[in-house]
Amino acid sequence: MIGVLQFGGSNCDRDAVAALEHLGLDAGRIWYDDGLPADLDGVVIPGGFSYGDYLRAGAMAARAPVMERVRERAAEGLPVLGVCNGAQIAAEAGLVPGAFTTNRDARFHCEHVHLRVERADTPWTRAFDAGEVIRLPIAHGEGRFEADDDTLDRIERENRILFRYCDADGRVTEAANPNGSKAAVAGVLGADERTAVLMPHPERATLPELQGGTDGQGVLRGFARS
Amino acid sequence: MTAYTATVTVRLKRGVLDPEAETTRRALERLGFEVEALRSADRFEVDLEADSADDAYGRATEMAERLLANPTIHDYEVAVAEREDA
Repeated sequence: MIGVLQFGGSNCDRDAVAALEHLGLDAGRIWYDDGLPADLDGVVIPGGFSYGDYLRAGAMAARAPVMERVRERAAEGLPVLGVCNGAQIAAEAGLVPGAFTTNRDARFHCEHVHLRVERADTPWTRAFDAGEVIRLPIAHGEGRFEADDDTLDRIERENRILFRYCDADGRVTEAANPNGSKAAVAGVLGADERTAVLMPHPERATLPELQGGTDGQGVLRGFARS
Repeated sequence: MTAYTATVTVRLKRGVLDPEAETTRRALERLGFEVEALRSADRFEVDLEADSADDAYGRATEMAERLLANPTIHDYEVAVAEREDA
């Protein structure tokens, strides 16, 4: 089973389960305080507003004991995907580099964006070609990727940027960057390619009847091949 | 044991964009204030019992390291004072 972690204030957990099940994957929600089952095939840290975004988005959930277990299992190779608040939590927990903080214009953005697939050789992007432009929805107020210059250099050098915000033609421009993320980072890999986070919502672009495209399927299929 | 208040001030590192402070600055200007720049910071006042001011300082520093600040974007400072009302 793919476990979708549910914290108080998570609100994309059911959507994630529905999207994974649509792809024929076994998925279920796990309450953060119930511990991680031994036989998990993967973990989704879903979107929402865990702990009301108190202190900083993701700060409280990142320090919950279950995240220590997630860290251990990720180190053993368990696939872990953080989406939106899940990306903020994973960054706060140190599973991925950098931080996601207040959007450049201090506004909440709820819209579809284009993303350039920077690497197609990870579980999360194997469905795509490198350089391909996909379209996913975002819904966040704190999605601006922030990292110091040394960290940015390192993740560029280590090829850990998974998606960048771009225009419909794949050009990375200021105008196409919805939140002011450094290096237009929309998604980034952890210590190995089986840990990934992104601010856009693949689970909201998976069920065909929802409209707006199904490009999220390719991301979630990362769990199918593990 | 002595009663202390440790004050932890957490602010964005220099050079990190602060859209909330910028929004606040613009709102002050709309009210007619002339503002050159504005920075915001979070201040946490932690009441605790400790063997010494050093002990209180060390514990508050650990709180900042582990939760109150995010080292990717924040700097913090800690000040400790004996609590008089204790």
